[in-house]
Amino acid sequence: MSELRSPLSKVKGLGSAKDGTGHFWHQRLTSLLLIPLVLWVGFSLAALPVDHATLVGWIQQPWVSVALVLLVIIVFYHAQLGLQVIIEDYISAHSKRTATLLLTNLACLLLGTIGVISVLKISFGA
Amino acid sequence: MANSKYPTSPHLQIYRLPLTALLSIVHRITGVILACGCLLLVWLLAAAAESAESYQLLFNHLDSWYGQIFLLGFVFSLYLHFCNGVRHLFWDVGYGFELETVDLTAKLVIAVAAILTIATWVVAGVA
Repeated sequence: MSELRSPLSKVKGLGSAKDGTGHFWHQRLTSLLLIPLVLWVGFSLAALPVDHATLVGWIQQPWVSVALVLLVIIVFYHAQLGLQVIIEDYISAHSKRTATLLLTNLACLLLGTIGVISVLKISFGA
Repeated sequence: MANSKYPTSPHLQIYRLPLTALLSIVHRITGVILACGCLLLVWLLAAAAESAESYQLLFNHLDSWYGQIFLLGFVFSLYLHFCNGVRHLFWDVGYGFELETVDLTAKLVIAVAAILTIATWVVAGVA
């Protein structure tokens, strides 16, 4: 017997960490998507006149709404993935680590949802 | 020390970090700053969705001296993380590992982040 790993275990490719390359890969994918989105939103907001009516009018353009919803979702997913790595690196106590991870993930989920709902509310005519 | 020519592990309090190591920890720190700062993005969207008054209230804070300092820090953190992130993406596909290249791109990251930050304020000033 030269092989101790089962064929199933090899196909899953998870190893002892019980986690594959999904986290790494999603972090990279989201950062690629954020390159155009961040440049676009940064300079659009800077160029926009600052009154409420103009901002609302800008957000209500269909493509702006779509891009903003995408931005909010991808930003908070990217943030969640990044914060998870930092927490896993610096908090070693298992209970504290799990609690911090749960709170951070919940905060990202909550803020992302508020962001998306706000864009939709404006988009559909607040 | 008998063999003082051997390298020792860096003592973080007296060891001057190379630029790349400094940027590495700055990447994490700016990541956390940005995650917290994104609260503001959501706040802005929520206030704009709520009413013109809520939006104006938040805007007045952002327009004040402390708001502008906060925004300057946030935007510079954003572009530092942004540029260094692009540098990481090049590393991920196997480019830019030579020592001179790493030093050059580190300086490039800081320069481009500063330029993008200034450009943001110029665009805001012109508009």
